[in-house]
Amino acid sequence: MSDATTQQEKFPFGIASVSIGEIERRVPPGEAPPLPPNNRLAFIGKSVPRFDARAKVTGASRFTVDVKLPGMLHGRLLRSPHPNARIVSIDTSAAERHPGVRAVHVVTDIVGRAVEQVPETDPPQPNGVRLPRALYAGAPIAAVAAVTPDAAAAALALIKVEYEVLPFVVDLEEARDPNAPVVFRSAVAGSGFAGGVAAGAEVAQQGNVRGPSRIGTRGDVTKGFAEAEVTVEGEYRTQVQTHCCMETHAAVADWHADGLTVYLSTQFTAGVRNELAAAFGLPRNRVRVLVDAMGGGFGSKSGAGTYVRAAIALSRAAGAPVRVVHDRHEEQVDSGNRPATFQRLKIGAHRDGRLSAISLYTYGTAGTATGAGVGNFAQATYECSNFDSEQYDVFINAGPACAMRGPGNTPGAFALEQAVDELAEKLNLDPLALRDRIDASPVRREERRIGAERIGWSRRHTPGADTGTIRRGIGVAQSLWGANVQTNASCEVRLMRDGSVELRSSVQDIGTGIRTVLAQVVAEELGLTPQAITLRIGDTDFPAGPPSYGSRTTASITPPARNAAYKIKQKLLEVAAPKLGVAAGALDLRDGRVFVRAEPARGLSFREAAALLRTDAISAFASRSDDYGGFRRAMGDAALAQNDLGGVQFAQVAVDTETGIIRVERVVAVQDCGRPINPEQIESQVQGGVLMGLSYALYEDRILDRPTGHVLNADLEHYKIAGPRETPEIDVVVLENYQGESATDAYGIAEPANIATAPAIANAVYNAIGVRLRQLPMTPAAVLAALGRAPYGG
Amino acid sequence: MRPFEWIEAASSAEVTAAGATTVADAMVMTNGHRKVSDPTVVKAGGIDLLDLMKEELLQPRRIVNLRGIAGLDKIAGQEGGRLRLGALATVAQLAVDPLVRPYAALADAARNAASPQIRNVATLGGNLLQRPRCWYFRSVHHHCVRKGGETCFAFGGENQYHAIFDHRGCAIVHPSTLATALVAFDARIELTDAAEAKRETALEEFFVLPTRDPHRENDLRAGEIVSAVLLPKLAAGARSAHLKQAEKESFDWPIADVAVVLEADAQGLCRRASVVLGAAAPVPHRARSAGGGAARQAAQ
Repeated sequence: MSDATTQQEKFPFGIASVSIGEIERRVPPGEAPPLPPNNRLAFIGKSVPRFDARAKVTGASRFTVDVKLPGMLHGRLLRSPHPNARIVSIDTSAAERHPGVRAVHVVTDIVGRAVEQVPETDPPQPNGVRLPRALYAGAPIAAVAAVTPDAAAAALALIKVEYEVLPFVVDLEEARDPNAPVVFRSAVAGSGFAGGVAAGAEVAQQGNVRGPSRIGTRGDVTKGFAEAEVTVEGEYRTQVQTHCCMETHAAVADWHADGLTVYLSTQFTAGVRNELAAAFGLPRNRVRVLVDAMGGGFGSKSGAGTYVRAAIALSRAAGAPVRVVHDRHEEQVDSGNRPATFQRLKIGAHRDGRLSAISLYTYGTAGTATGAGVGNFAQATYECSNFDSEQYDVFINAGPACAMRGPGNTPGAFALEQAVDELAEKLNLDPLALRDRIDASPVRREERRIGAERIGWSRRHTPGADTGTIRRGIGVAQSLWGANVQTNASCEVRLMRDGSVELRSSVQDIGTGIRTVLAQVVAEELGLTPQAITLRIGDTDFPAGPPSYGSRTTASITPPARNAAYKIKQKLLEVAAPKLGVAAGALDLRDGRVFVRAEPARGLSFREAAALLRTDAISAFASRSDDYGGFRRAMGDAALAQNDLGGVQFAQVAVDTETGIIRVERVVAVQDCGRPINPEQIESQVQGGVLMGLSYALYEDRILDRPTGHVLNADLEHYKIAGPRETPEIDVVVLENYQGESATDAYGIAEPANIATAPAIANAVYNAIGVRLRQLPMTPAAVLAALGRAPYGG
Repeated sequence: MRPFEWIEAASSAEVTAAGATTVADAMVMTNGHRKVSDPTVVKAGGIDLLDLMKEELLQPRRIVNLRGIAGLDKIAGQEGGRLRLGALATVAQLAVDPLVRPYAALADAARNAASPQIRNVATLGGNLLQRPRCWYFRSVHHHCVRKGGETCFAFGGENQYHAIFDHRGCAIVHPSTLATALVAFDARIELTDAAEAKRETALEEFFVLPTRDPHRENDLRAGEIVSAVLLPKLAAGARSAHLKQAEKESFDWPIADVAVVLEADAQGLCRRASVVLGAAAPVPHRARSAGGGAARQAAQ
């Protein structure tokens, strides 16, 4: 970007706790001027209380599950009782006649599972329709809309389905056997639904095993291992984790004369709008998707799943709005999950710690989806010129996985960060000292320094040195995540003649507080308070905003918000200039006033200036520009920024060697996200990431019954999640890391905050008891087995 | 959940008049036939009942609410030093009642059960009569032996939370941690029938092993309600404790729980030890050799 239209600007650069310098960037026209560091700003960088805090705690927030429309019907899905079955026939006539029933829909398209390249060849139904096989217990078969939920449930029982029950496999190891029942009869097209590794359609498939993907392979690992003076090798297993959104998947579909309106608990209103327009043959301007408050998504609410399409089909058939809300069983079985993985990881190093080779072999299962790989963590976290990976998907008869907070990298970090810990011990190096040698990132280095100080790393004993029944230990692990940006992200800022200001975008608040963040950004630019800004978001009638996945909301939408506000500011100053008898360039905005910069006492109130507008309102639109230093990679609507995001987490644990119970006493999480806009909200996300990681490390595990193929713990009773008494003290530090890359220089936090927790705990457990646990979750039984104290007197 | 009729009972006679059956009987289906059609069941706190109904494991035609029966929630000392715990006393009450406090194992068990919300609603009677948490029993897709089927799916299945003692025929563990403590105290249970006639039996004998009948966990009869639990007078110098070990502390079922009651003589020597294990067997499991051993050791 050095053409005549760009201009050279100086931006703050560096980590605030180290030193802030300057960097020159060429900036495209129309961008707001460089923003100084946070300590010189009024609202950006301040913990402005989140706007919806009171509504959330008082129950006033309106979630999708709260949406009630006049004449709304209640939809329920019929789900397969068999883990693998062909639908021979389906008779819905009795259900249709049931009192209160307004529509019955037979599911023909299943969203989210892998698609076979050769179309299914099962005989069609009498009406010519080919029904998909039910590939897992809980797969959707049909749906009913009725005037009450009970009538809908009763009608489901009246649908007669004749199943041809087929052999099935739900165990990852058994499914790899060439003689195992096959889930898909022909090769599937894969694009990495579960987000672990994206492998193209042409990848080989034998039986249930598809792959390998060789993502990241470079150099010569054979040579690298030959040069190695020290090697470590280990096998690691991670379990299936489910998203457990507090608000289950929920939709209210309203098919009407003008088109389609869908209230949806979704991470991406604009994307779902496009998806549904295509699926139902409507122009995009006749599909509207809305979400107000949202009870979590974590990757599972990115698209319009089968239940959404069923709700729409039922609404179209019934001529009334239809509400479909998953119950907790459905949520656990059929709304996505984090794939289970097996990883064999080998690292070779020189005596001084430099890595000479990394070899990674993995297989995992995303159920009936693809993408169970372990991301780019081993490939990208540390410097190593020889890297080899071989990653396979294994299909089983289970609900399709989908992206979940840090897909791929979360299980990937569990293996790599333990292997690096093991390597450090073999090299007789402190784990932090080894990382200082093999991690080129100055940001991670500073994070290690700060975290080590706060956890008291210097008092860490040698592994297994603690004695007694309760043994304590400290461990560390790193996180790495690409800084995603949605370039197809836009908003509008409006100023009314009475001085009121609003921002409009389809961007949704997944629960992290983007409304407050956007208000801070606009307020900073216009010299108003954040409370003075009205946020109108979560509605596709507004300019298309970014998705809230891949930790990209703030990075994508705050720069256009600031740029649009900046345009409004310029227009307002132009209107006020004649009144104040100076050029617009001599004016500025602050504290609700337009004033002459050289003579601050002279000016107008913001309202008085707005009253001078020629029209009732003015509006400015802005979309996400490229990062000023350019992207590392651009992919359609999205791009990857130059600098990765990450963090370093430290855990202190106490292990009871009699019961095998691990208690996490303290976690220090040092994270970076470019320029922090609302530290308290960021801290809150980091706490959430740590808790989710702790829960993954110690408790959560979806259990499939091998003999019957059913999920046995499809509830929040036997699917165990950390609760209040499992919550450790969480000490969060967020760096201010200025890069001069955009109008706000802000990036994401959600996923990087989750990735390092489980391996930090695992390394702490090793430090406590001197035995390494390489399998998740680290249950009491696993701890006792590792200590050679089998639970049953063995 | 299916629609049902609601009856407010003011006395136990009304319960029987309503033709109430036990929840256990209401859930048995053999060869496609329900043991009881259109059942009427009673409800105390309703915690377990609601769970079973939401899962459509239990579809009662009528529900008789016992909460209106006066005096059934009273905790009071009796002549002879026995303590009478009304069946409608809540778990939260048991945790804090001063009369219960000397029975420390029981207060401990009550304090560590479930979650605060549940403890505030769940009753003593309901807690003792709740159905097992076995995930096969709780699954509509598994017609297990306890529901009248042929199979105990825990054998050859996922049985990490199942019984390690006395699991012939069915491997559930008894879900009540209050029962673990109460059996350790040699508590007795009082049952009231239609004619307001009361029968009393040792709680330990009230529970039923699967070898005797796999369809029920206790000896409650149709038309009967649990009206009270009676704790014997504590021996002078008796001490007790209950420990619950779960995988996590917040809202989890035990993987093991144990109640120990020790009785000492005037010299402070242990004369009698009662050790009962929970989450180990289909009924609270008395660890006889451990109890005997503890008493012997102390006596030496």
